Amino acid sequence: MNAKAPSDTPKIAVRGLKKSFGRKVVLDGLDLEIGAGESLVVIGGSGTGKSVLAKCIIGLMQGDGGSIKIDGEEMVGRSTSERERVMRKFGMLFQGAALFDSLPVWENVAFGLIQGRNVPRDAAKQAALKNLAQVGLGPEVGELRPSELSGGMQKRVALARAICVEPEIIIFDEPTTGLDPIMADVINDLIIKCVRQLGATAMSITHDMVSARKIADRIAMIYKGKIIWSGPTAEIDHSGNAHVEQFIHGRAEGPIQMEVRAH
Amino acid sequence: MNPFHFLASIGAVFLNGLSAAGRMALFTLSTLSHCVRPPFYLRLLGRQMIDIGYYSLPVVGLTALFTGMVLALQTYTGFSSFAAESSVPTVVVLSVTRELGPVIGALMVAGRIGAAIAAELGTMRVTDQIDALTTLSTNPFKYLVVPRVLAGTIAMPILVFIADIIGVFGGFLVGSYKLRFNPAAYLQHTADFLQTNDVTAGLVKAAVFGFVIALMGCYFGYNSKGGAQGVGAATTYAVVSASILILLLDYVLTAILFVGR
Repeated sequence: MNAKAPSDTPKIAVRGLKKSFGRKVVLDGLDLEIGAGESLVVIGGSGTGKSVLAKCIIGLMQGDGGSIKIDGEEMVGRSTSERERVMRKFGMLFQGAALFDSLPVWENVAFGLIQGRNVPRDAAKQAALKNLAQVGLGPEVGELRPSELSGGMQKRVALARAICVEPEIIIFDEPTTGLDPIMADVINDLIIKCVRQLGATAMSITHDMVSARKIADRIAMIYKGKIIWSGPTAEIDHSGNAHVEQFIHGRAEGPIQMEVRAH
Repeated sequence: MNPFHFLASIGAVFLNGLSAAGRMALFTLSTLSHCVRPPFYLRLLGRQMIDIGYYSLPVVGLTALFTGMVLALQTYTGFSSFAAESSVPTVVVLSVTRELGPVIGALMVAGRIGAAIAAELGTMRVTDQIDALTTLSTNPFKYLVVPRVLAGTIAMPILVFIADIIGVFGGFLVGSYKLRFNPAAYLQHTADFLQTNDVTAGLVKAAVFGFVIALMGCYFGYNSKGGAQGVGAATTYAVVSASILILLLDYVLTAILFVGR
């Protein structure tokens, strides 16, 4: 079960994934593959199912149908304990950082080590301070509460928390949303650095094209619950897909009609 | 208006009610099963015991004091009309230990702790902190729900035991200083008619109420959605449902613990 997957097995393979909320179809038979060590960015407008896709892959949400394989191991239909075992391969950076308000910054970063891996608190604190240093934050920040930090610092702490358990796969949910362009670029650089250092597979979801171009090896666009285009980052400007063209240039006119009313 | 629409809306309300009861029952069963399976977060249990028990002591103590005082006054004014003033200490101690200590204490704690738990977990839910726990290999049920429910169940009887003493003391103060009872005779009357079962049955009620308060706070907080408005609604539901369940279960437990014996 824990045997190392062959190198040609995709790290993440999603086939025919479906997910609906009531009558609203969010994922409509979505197919996606991410190779080991690859950095894939999924782009798409708000409400197109990017976050739902990420939550289904990491196991926070159950799909209504289809298949999700991690290292060739099927996740759909598995028991909670088996899914929890595979979820240990993941780290996730949440859109709003999702830091625990009740804990100091260092304990947020060390949380996965202390609670998930039973590392003694002293050793976990040292590891946390090392990871904070990796994202450019000094040890004094470790003693602060998350509410005392700016949005950019919170994102950095969340990144340190995601990498502290040295995951094989990291999911970044809108890593630069709500940040000024300079801080967004700092976060992009940190993502590239951390993913390279860990040799991890990365899947990012964003609608920030500057960020997507910088951190992606490959970009995939999601529209109406399906991947409508995917290819190397360098090819996105010559995709030949009208939806992609409209999205990357941010035009109101085109095949994508914005939904102005919730379902 | 189409009468079938009216029937359909009644049916929808009924089905929604059944589905909510089912979800709540599953949540309760899941909580109970996680209570007996490791890992156990003793540090968190201790912190919750302090939050629920120690910090609720002032409000529950004050409520118990005034309840005992008012009870002594009311009983005296009622009983004096047929020369039964000597029953005041007995009525005060039995009412406080069997009924008022657990129920009024629990209603105060429902307002203070049920709301706090629902607001905290609700905020954690809408800011993805509960999902973050899962991604960090930590079961949110074990980490968030179990310590609060266990702490509520353990702390509430301790709190009510102290409230019982303060409530009886309140009655004693009014009896001795305002109603001119002989203090020694008042205490003697209090002790003469009080049985161990009166106190233990009140503490059993308190444990059940503590469980219900924490469970409702956790259930509505854990399942809240829709931002700040959703958290506000979760807080309201937690307090209202815990209060109603306390009164309902009080009747059921009284029937089992006192009438049936």
